[in-house]
Amino acid sequence: MNIEAIRTLYRFEMARTLRTPTQSIVSPVISTSLYFVVFGSAIGSRIQEIGGVNYGSFIVPGLIMLSLLTQSISNAAFGIYMPRFSGTIYEVLSAPISSLEAVIAYVGAAASKSVMLGLVILVTSLLFVPMTIVHPFWMVVFIVLSAFTFSLLGFIIGIWAESWERLELVPQLVVTPLTFLGGSFYSIDMLPPFWQKVSLFNPVVYLISCLRWSFFGKADVSIAASLAVIVAFLAVCLGVVAWIFRTGYRLKN
Amino acid sequence: MVPIISIKNLTKTYASGFQALKGVNLDIRQGEIFALLGPNGAGKTTLIGIVCGIVRPGEGSITVGGHDIIRDYRAARSLIGLVPQELFTSYFETVSANVAMSRGLFGLAPDPARIEKVLKDLSLWDKKDSPVMTLSGGMKRRVLIAKALAHEPKILFLDEPTAGVDVELRRDMWSQVRRLRDEGVTIILTTHYIEEAEEMADRIGIISKGEIILTEDKAELMRKLGRKEMTLHLKDALATVPAPLAGHRLALANGGRELVFTYDSATERDGIAALFGDLAAAGILLKDVHTRQSSLEEIFVGLLKERS
Ligand SMILES: Nc1ncnc2c1ncn2[C@@H]1O[C@H](COP(=O)(O)OP(=O)(O)OP(=O)(O)O)[C@@H](O)[C@H]1O
Ligand SMILES: [Mg+2]
Repeated sequence: MNIEAIRTLYRFEMARTLRTPTQSIVSPVISTSLYFVVFGSAIGSRIQEIGGVNYGSFIVPGLIMLSLLTQSISNAAFGIYMPRFSGTIYEVLSAPISSLEAVIAYVGAAASKSVMLGLVILVTSLLFVPMTIVHPFWMVVFIVLSAFTFSLLGFIIGIWAESWERLELVPQLVVTPLTFLGGSFYSIDMLPPFWQKVSLFNPVVYLISCLRWSFFGKADVSIAASLAVIVAFLAVCLGVVAWIFRTGYRLKN
Repeated sequence: MVPIISIKNLTKTYASGFQALKGVNLDIRQGEIFALLGPNGAGKTTLIGIVCGIVRPGEGSITVGGHDIIRDYRAARSLIGLVPQELFTSYFETVSANVAMSRGLFGLAPDPARIEKVLKDLSLWDKKDSPVMTLSGGMKRRVLIAKALAHEPKILFLDEPTAGVDVELRRDMWSQVRRLRDEGVTIILTTHYIEEAEEMADRIGIISKGEIILTEDKAELMRKLGRKEMTLHLKDALATVPAPLAGHRLALANGGRELVFTYDSATERDGIAALFGDLAAAGILLKDVHTRQSSLEEIFVGLLKERS
């Protein structure tokens, strides 16, 4: 294992984010605050409680998951697309490092960033709503696991994309709608039975449900099912990444 | 001696279907400076890319320091430093961050003293805290060289290191490269400047259309490649080459108004002085003189014609 190389690549990637604190900290704080103003205050004043939880608090796990997924994907996609686009990928390809090491560094950096972002959002929300976390350990597990899985997905997108438009395509066309429809701002119990069934095909429902369970001790779907969905998705992404490196797909001519 | 790089029957066909390498065989000797020459599109960058792990090889095999580049890629790549033809660097990071990163990627512990020496050798020390994007093209090229040297390679690939570099700096680079060779680094460079190959290389290889058409010691090749032509525009036309000048390699041209002298730039420089002496003695007056050296491209065409 070329630990030094992993550390170097990871640090280099992290440095890129830390150079732009506005983008990485200020903007998520502002957008989270806006959600609280709009959903928490305006709508929350009518809904008040869902399953015994104050509506403002209820949306916090969904908000965290929404940012976690979109940011993991775009961080990781951008992180690998940039060097491909600018040609600096030559350095990683010609270095004595394995594909696994490169993935750990790139995906690890992207996941770290979005975990930090998730924590920033959590802290911001504490300014607006009261919050007790029932299972803090599981909260961390779910956040890290989701960040890592979706960073892998982002990595795959960053390798597949041949243009900036394509880089944006999947996050905007697939992930954002799935997250909004995945119960970020409501419990799927509130839907008519037909749409409840349809929602069960949306993987994001499972992610939000288990994160919400770690906060409030109540879930829309079983925790085992949620974990199974995350792990299955992780396995698929790992498989695709392994294939990419074995074949050099879009990395080597 | 066992070659430090050994390339056997290497082919490469790009996804477009274009065959860029057609069975290349090439051995690089330890400690030499090897110049790889060839016209645009000959396959130089492709060949280097395959050895370094950037381009997927087709058929054939390559060993670097005895290590197969696929099976034993870690050991093989650890030996190699690469300065690519294109100016690929992370524009927003500083020069020293860029250079330190290359060292880390090769698994070596940080060594500020080494980085300092490399940057100073390349006159980049005062730019160490500048983002790469604020540097000129020639400086960016040097950053790429510094990156390649940061991990103390035993083999250095320089893909057109002096393209777009001014004359003074080019001389600087030449002496740098020689210094590296003296430290025991094997160097493979590509260039389109014949005088660069002449100045630097121990051995020269010529590649054309994906085939190595010859490899030869420099001295031998320069004799073949270094042919020059000097045209003497005469004041008065001549019918034949006058007898006192018969000893020089002269031919009449343009209806007797020009004398064309062909000579070998590497070995026959003295011949020019003798010729002018003889011209004056024979009372032949000149209007103008100009010389031209056959370009590499012409030489390649010539060599290829010779072969077919
Ligand atoms: N990614 C690619 N896809 C298809 N063809 C390619 C690709 N890269 C290079 N080629 C082709 O392969 C041939 C060799 O290219 P290469 O870059 O190796 O040439 P070169 O000898 O380095 O030329 P130059 O002196 O211009 O740098 C060229 O005809 C080029 O068009
Ligand atoms: Mg080239």
